[in-house]
Amino acid sequence: MSVMTTPANPKTVTGDPAPEPVLKRLANMQQVWILGVLLVIIVAFSAAAGDKFLSAGNFSLIAQNIAVWAVLGVGMTFVIITSGIDLSVGSVLVFSSVIAAKTMQAVGGDGWSTAFAGVLAALASGVLWGLLNGFLIAKAKIPALIVTLGSLSVALGLAQVVTGGIDIRSVPEVLTDFNIYVKVLGIPALPFVALIVVVLGGILLHKTRFGRYTYAVGSNELGARRVGINVDRHLILVYALSGAMAGLGAVLALAQFGTTTIAGQSLTNLNVIAAVVIGGTSIFGGEGSIFGTVIGLFIPAVLQAGFVIIGVESFWQGVAVGSVLVAAVYVDQSRRAAMLRGSARKPLLSFLTRR
Amino acid sequence: MAPLLEARGLCRSFGHVRALTDASFDVHAGEVVALIGDNGAGKSTLVKALTGNLDLDEGELLFDGRPVAVTSPQQASAMGMEVVYQDLALAPHLNPVQNMFLGREIPRRGLLGRLGFMDDKTMRVRAEEGFRELGGTVRSLTAQVGAMSGGQRQQIAIVRAISWASKVVFLDEPTAALGVVQTRNVLDTIKRVRDKGIAVVLISHSMPHVLEVADRVQVMRLGTRVATLPAAGTTVEQLVGAMTGALDHANTGKEGPA
Repeated sequence: MSVMTTPANPKTVTGDPAPEPVLKRLANMQQVWILGVLLVIIVAFSAAAGDKFLSAGNFSLIAQNIAVWAVLGVGMTFVIITSGIDLSVGSVLVFSSVIAAKTMQAVGGDGWSTAFAGVLAALASGVLWGLLNGFLIAKAKIPALIVTLGSLSVALGLAQVVTGGIDIRSVPEVLTDFNIYVKVLGIPALPFVALIVVVLGGILLHKTRFGRYTYAVGSNELGARRVGINVDRHLILVYALSGAMAGLGAVLALAQFGTTTIAGQSLTNLNVIAAVVIGGTSIFGGEGSIFGTVIGLFIPAVLQAGFVIIGVESFWQGVAVGSVLVAAVYVDQSRRAAMLRGSARKPLLSFLTRR
Repeated sequence: MAPLLEARGLCRSFGHVRALTDASFDVHAGEVVALIGDNGAGKSTLVKALTGNLDLDEGELLFDGRPVAVTSPQQASAMGMEVVYQDLALAPHLNPVQNMFLGREIPRRGLLGRLGFMDDKTMRVRAEEGFRELGGTVRSLTAQVGAMSGGQRQQIAIVRAISWASKVVFLDEPTAALGVVQTRNVLDTIKRVRDKGIAVVLISHSMPHVLEVADRVQVMRLGTRVATLPAAGTTVEQLVGAMTGALDHANTGKEGPA
């Protein structure tokens, strides 16, 4: 039988999308339009309250308020990009701060060496919780939601067992002074530490192989396994990173409040997750950025500060943030669906993403 | 000349189900071998066994005439064998370059490389070469793979496989989800890969495609090879007959069960 030959020029295939212009690609990124939302909020409050809102002091305060969450948000962004979730960050923060405080009590003194021992203890505690979470998720195949819901409860419970439920207030002075007096380049110490963590996290996520595998695992886990990526090990490391960030967050919280905050972190996990999702990281995995998470943190913080300044009850902040969260996920989903359909139909809110 | 890859008497059971019973297979360098058979005949299981994705109960593999044990997909890759799975195993959120080098990223030189930084520029240049060589329809190397057409995705998966495969490429149903023009591209690609001296193993249900590109056709039924036919001079009826067993008693005498 003769071989059938129908010469076809492969270049003539129709229906291929033309290379997207940079502007359109930018407009399609959720970080970009959520940055627009943030700017609109800032402009609105500035118009309403003027200099009182647009002052360096106000923004310095806002940055102070989100410093701890920003550190947690870095780890959470990695976790959510793998299509996982880490509900335990708040409790691990509490547990780590208790361990750090106990360690510093045991070491004694008010100097940097004491504080350093506390930092190490907090980081070690956070990493261990993260490794445990990661092991149960990757090796025992228990859903991340359940594992971290469990460790949320266990870590907080153990922190209460260790302390008898009473906050430890003996934090070395160098830590609290670090928060109050130290400024780097005009930025208060805690936001500056958070900024460094955010930048390093962004480099790790966007520039290194570790980051690339994080996207790959969230995008197509089976595919990642088939090209030889050690998915289990990677997941364990990602949860360990989230735990380490909770440990570092514990030190920052100790410096900020001068005490452990056993009862004060019950909504931390949800606030951080909300910020990550508002910032364009998809809960279905494979997509997201550290930059988006930072924007996602600023929106609730700016709303709160703005409401206080213009005299609206700050209860409205919850209403506004919740609405933004749901809208963000809706836009994200519509965009994904459009992508899978080959952008045949525009999502309902596409006018927001258009040029 | 010894076959590049040969399997003799492979057996594997899953509980009471015998997926492979004394199955044999062989492919030479620069040859396209089609593997056909009805659903459940053991084609995919055989490919898994050949590429280190399946432990065998019995049987031996020979690579370049020497007995080997392929125990992991990584080992198969190291030997120069790549598989294009039916689901393509691409990460939809990554771009074609990132997909092509996934798991094999080129590190930057020096300290930065050891810290995990990647040489994106070199990877991009090499990917461009790979796509140009195949004359593919993939136009953007920066857009997400998930936003591309089925044909383009297929092409990315194939380019990835043949860029890394120095010996054998396995294609599992590469044309099942494609339109006429894209199918044509894939078939042309197969011929070009074969002309580079690489062995191609093609699993397909499409008899006309099989007869067009394959040099030999190996027919599987009930977990074993029942016939090996040269594509030239064989008709679709003969292939279907061998697949279903209708020709068992009126065998053409080309080859009995292996």
